Amino acid sequence: MCLAIPMKILKIEGDRANVSNGGVQRTIGINFLKNPKIGDYVIMHAGFAIEKLDTAKAEETLKILEELQ
Amino acid sequence: MKYIDEFRNIGIAAKISKLIQEEARGFKPVSFMEVCGTHTMAVERFGIRRMLPENIRLISGPGCPVCVTPKNYIDKAIELSKIEGIIVFSFGDMLKVPGTDSSLLKQKSKSNVKIVYSPLDAAQFAEKNQDKKIVFLGIGFETTTPTIAATVKYAKKKKLKNFFVYSGHKVMPPAMKLLARDKFINIKGFLCPAHVSAIIGLKPYAEINKKYGMACVISGFEPLDILQSILMLIRQVKLNKTRVENQYSRVVKASGNIKALRLIDEVFSIKDSDWRGIGIIPKSGLVLSRRYADFDIEKNTDLSEVKTKIDKGCMCGDVLKGIKTPLECGLFSKKCAPENPQGACMVSSEGTCAAYYRYSPGRK
Amino acid sequence: MKTITLSHGSGGTLMHELIKDLFIANLDNPFLNKLGDAALIKFGAGKLAYTTDSFVIKPLFFPGGDIGKLSVCGTVNDLAVSGAMPKYLSCGMIAEDGFSYADLEKITVSIKNTCKAAGVNIVTGDFKVVEKGAVDGIFINTSGIGEEFIDSEISLSRIMPDDKIIISGTIGDHAASILLARENLKFKARIKSDCGPLNKFVSSIICKGIKFMRDPTRGGLATTLNEISLASGYNVAIEESSIPVKKSVRALCEILGFDPLYMANEGKLIAIVSKDIAVNVLSKMKKHVLGKDARIIGEVKKEKDKKVYLKTQSGGLRILDMITGEQLPRIC
Repeated sequence: MCLAIPMKILKIEGDRANVSNGGVQRTIGINFLKNPKIGDYVIMHAGFAIEKLDTAKAEETLKILEELQ
Repeated sequence: MKYIDEFRNIGIAAKISKLIQEEARGFKPVSFMEVCGTHTMAVERFGIRRMLPENIRLISGPGCPVCVTPKNYIDKAIELSKIEGIIVFSFGDMLKVPGTDSSLLKQKSKSNVKIVYSPLDAAQFAEKNQDKKIVFLGIGFETTTPTIAATVKYAKKKKLKNFFVYSGHKVMPPAMKLLARDKFINIKGFLCPAHVSAIIGLKPYAEINKKYGMACVISGFEPLDILQSILMLIRQVKLNKTRVENQYSRVVKASGNIKALRLIDEVFSIKDSDWRGIGIIPKSGLVLSRRYADFDIEKNTDLSEVKTKIDKGCMCGDVLKGIKTPLECGLFSKKCAPENPQGACMVSSEGTCAAYYRYSPGRK
Repeated sequence: MKTITLSHGSGGTLMHELIKDLFIANLDNPFLNKLGDAALIKFGAGKLAYTTDSFVIKPLFFPGGDIGKLSVCGTVNDLAVSGAMPKYLSCGMIAEDGFSYADLEKITVSIKNTCKAAGVNIVTGDFKVVEKGAVDGIFINTSGIGEEFIDSEISLSRIMPDDKIIISGTIGDHAASILLARENLKFKARIKSDCGPLNKFVSSIICKGIKFMRDPTRGGLATTLNEISLASGYNVAIEESSIPVKKSVRALCEILGFDPLYMANEGKLIAIVSKDIAVNVLSKMKKHVLGKDARIIGEVKKEKDKKVYLKTQSGGLRILDMITGEQLPRIC
């Protein structure tokens, strides 16, 4: 129920955005996001962005994983 | 792919796996349950079970909304597709789920069943083809429900008279509560669904943790996420300090997605719902609210005549709860196999029974 | 009442059972029973390879090819991987009433161009028209004869433990391009089918050290490896990190929940080669434009429970089964 992939916002037009990752692009709804910007990574599911990906937190998580004892 | 491959790093995976082995050494056997179809798929796809020690067991719960959709829903969807002038639109997952006599996939070749990636595509098709009646099969937990809600709002804005939703949506927490309080279930915690949690936040898990003492970790879907989350679950249980932890903090906020939650509240109302293999769970389903009733196909077309044959001998309920193994079900690998699945556990290609079928040395 | 379903034609378990229980059971003969991509028949001093294939693809035109190109490549490639140089093809077409003449012309020109590229000729053919709806646009069958290469010794019985497994290039391209063209999923990606004739490529690498070859079409790499494991009796072990997949194909698969291992290819081959010459065969492949992405992906094991094992990207272990039905886009 949760298959959703991080995609980067390339262009915004109203409540729709053109997003891309790995060379695959789509236009999706961004109605559920607060202040989306070009360059943001969003989680794409069923043609909508259901949440933003916090890239700082992503890097933080990776750092924690690398340093796990 | 960015923000995906980094979380599949083989070196870090090996390290976490080693930490899990160390943490679990000497520990009495413990089971955790994941309740998300995508977790079930990921665990299988990355071969995660084989990275866990024998005494840590991961059970696949009823986490796939497609697989817990009752047979009667499928039979009614098939019936709709046979009505002249109706085209049924659906996510691809739904097509192979068996009804009493058929499946939507078998109806697809007659051009009256179409697959879409987004429910909005179905509404836009309705807009361009006013001579056809479009029915979208609304299936999914809280991750997907907002997308159908947004679509229904779009249909209302465009004043569409030929677009309908057949809602089979369900909500996760009531099912988790049912499992948590089941006397026969022997799980110590949940791997909580990543994207459902992105919508609903952490609050719904508080009761599951406080009232039933379940360890709860919201876990991302990549191998490093799942392995780290299992480590966190083990540590909670070992220290006897269970709580709700958020491993997937890069996406999940404690408050969830307020906009999405508001939209679900506006477009849908709660009702009791039938879960295939489990039965009725009170207040676990969604139906279009009165304000959007015009888009509810059940208010538009009478489907009460559709009769469904009940599965006799299907033990999905017990398998889903981890009480029985697939090998103990009389239908397993005889009347129920991946090519002709009966219950939820075999319908999903990574459900407990489908996975057993693949690995079981006893089968032909 | 027992019926044939779409799953019987998807290249997986049901199809294999049907072939065994109905066709082999009734038509039983030493050539057919081998279930090779082509039958190798002694003819004069050498051996002739003979094969047939039918093409029912939808849509008829897709990025990288069309049903015409596919109908030539499918048969040419079955001959090539059986260790034979394709020479003569037959072509039978069944079109539905109302089919576009312009489309038929496009398809025929495509057949012409592909034959030229492969160095083969259509030497006999047939054309029928049926009522509208009796076929979906047009169906094509091609059969082909080829002459066994001198250096060819392709046989399942030669497969031994420690043999290396080589894939000639990226997987999933064809199925991904069809997916984008067929279902209206509204994604944009530069993905095109790998549909192409492999005979000249095979000619450049063929040697006695290549024990077996197959082109992983319906059911993909995983299904073909299962076929090889079942037929040879040995387990197969491959590594996910070695398997070449184009970036955009991979991204599309992640988004839609598809597994590239089970996706059809129409211009690739798997070669089972003797351990000692594997690196040598690989370097010969890479010298040819069709083999530039070739990789050694695994090996044949000595264990005999006829399973295919995959070491995953993250170091876990997964058993790869044969495909059971067609893959569909998921949200779950």
